[in-house]
Amino acid sequence: MSAAVDVLDVASIKRDFPLLARTVRAGRPLVYLDSAATSQKPVEVLNAERNFYESHNAAVHRGAHQLAEEATEAYEAARATIAGFVHAMPPEIVFTKNATESINLVAYAFSNSTDLARGGHPADPRFVLSPGDEILITEMEHHANLVPWQQVALKTGATLRWIPLTDDGRLDLTDLETLLTERTRLLAVVHQSNILGTLNPVESLVRSARAVGALTLVDACQSVPHMPIDVWAMGADLVAWSGHKMLGPTGIGVLWGIPEVLAAMPPFISGGSMIANVTMAGSTFAAPPQRFEAGVPMTAQAVGLAAACDYLDRIGMAKVAEHEHALTSYALMRLEAIEGVEIVGPVEPVDRGSAVSFTVAGIHPHDVGQVLDDRGIAVRVGHHCAWPVCRRYGVPATTRASFYIYNSTEDVDALAEGVVAAQEFFGGAR
Amino acid sequence: MNLEQMYQEIILDHYRNPEGKGLTEPFDVEVHHVNPTCGDEVNLRVNLDWSDAPGDDPKVWMSYDGSGCSISQASESVLSSQLNGVSVSSGMAAVEEMVALLQAGAEPHEPDEELLGDAVAFSGVAKYPARVKCALLGWMAWKDAVAQALAAHAAAVEEKRTND
Repeated sequence: MSAAVDVLDVASIKRDFPLLARTVRAGRPLVYLDSAATSQKPVEVLNAERNFYESHNAAVHRGAHQLAEEATEAYEAARATIAGFVHAMPPEIVFTKNATESINLVAYAFSNSTDLARGGHPADPRFVLSPGDEILITEMEHHANLVPWQQVALKTGATLRWIPLTDDGRLDLTDLETLLTERTRLLAVVHQSNILGTLNPVESLVRSARAVGALTLVDACQSVPHMPIDVWAMGADLVAWSGHKMLGPTGIGVLWGIPEVLAAMPPFISGGSMIANVTMAGSTFAAPPQRFEAGVPMTAQAVGLAAACDYLDRIGMAKVAEHEHALTSYALMRLEAIEGVEIVGPVEPVDRGSAVSFTVAGIHPHDVGQVLDDRGIAVRVGHHCAWPVCRRYGVPATTRASFYIYNSTEDVDALAEGVVAAQEFFGGAR
Repeated sequence: MNLEQMYQEIILDHYRNPEGKGLTEPFDVEVHHVNPTCGDEVNLRVNLDWSDAPGDDPKVWMSYDGSGCSISQASESVLSSQLNGVSVSSGMAAVEEMVALLQAGAEPHEPDEELLGDAVAFSGVAKYPARVKCALLGWMAWKDAVAQALAAHAAAVEEKRTND
């Protein structure tokens, strides 16, 4: 018996996801609570990819035959759909392999521009770094928005700084004025933490960064799939996210950018499709987004991601957010009621998303996860590619449950019962 | 397959009452191994004992400290109880047998109980690929530390020979 009622009709949504009908381990029904790692895919997304390959497959932006035209049209229509999903225009959308690549594209814009400037070649000064310049991130970044900036700092001599965290899992903005200064050239910040669930005040952070003349990049991997997003309203120069966490296929990510900022960035991966003119002596490059889409791109994945956007739009992103908020509130309440369970991240269901990390006293997350897995419940255990966050809170790892449109209050009940079962299994024989 | 087959009583016992935990002196080499997917860590020291070592096969004494899941902690405890004071050659043979046991996958591997002792209890872990690294963390650290200690010893012998 659940104490809460689901906002969405989960039973009907679940029927759209073939994988969710399967059993795991010894015939257990699957309770999938790992959507912050990757989401499952509705049959519409699978069909969109299949239909593309069965009826329209060809290399896009090259060739004059009918299939090439159809494939190009499908690819660019997908770009328009995905742009519309975040209230952007198609030329502002760059397709990448995943969000990690999107962020690396920006990181390499900085290090390549710096290299070009050092070699006496033209480069936009906003992307040229030297010793004394600073890159500001936060202590809650996913490794994907941390390691690339460590590398950029190493290569350019710039200094990496970060906004620390409060004990309750939020950004500690007390010393923001000393961290964000005219030395700051880039603020790269996560919108919603994949480990803590914290929803950061990116709009105001971005405004402060702009005021000191810094460029801004938002890692929106955990927000675009879960709430209505208007990239222009967010106010950042660049926003990165991945397709596979929002019901889309793997192998496709997005970098959104203000056209003028994208145009100031040198290419990341070079080769075919991204050029304007090529001679043996040298090349010029296409305008964005083509400049950043070298080689034959991930066409079927773009078509699949567009189908995912259509699917989510039909439900309505406000409804998605409302559903997840209710589930998260219920999960926080159920987990907090278990003695020995500590939430790692905001305990209040305010400005937080549906990734709920926790520890269970005396039981390592791996062991909690194993007991849950034995009951058919898929959670993530470990440091969630945010190792510094674990270090900050003095835990080696956490167990993380994350919810999406196909999760119900029953799933939360199963989780809470599973955690108690883990306590009985490891404590009972003690 | 159920939980009890993986978490055999012997594993839970070692987890709750780890043997030989805590770093000791003297030691020749200390290594620090991490399982980067989950953050399990072990510090492991070895000390080679060349007194009455037949040929180039010294005895190995070890100590360790670490943190992690029940499987990694129990495995380190078993390692310490099985391999303290054994010769390099039999220790290396045990490590190889442990690897074979854990990487058996679907093909059951009939373990050499003589070599492995309590470590045979980890056979259930082989069915969970994500946990194999947990069970091997300490054993790989032992192998690495011994290899480093042997190399350091060989270098010292060589230096002494050239100086003589």
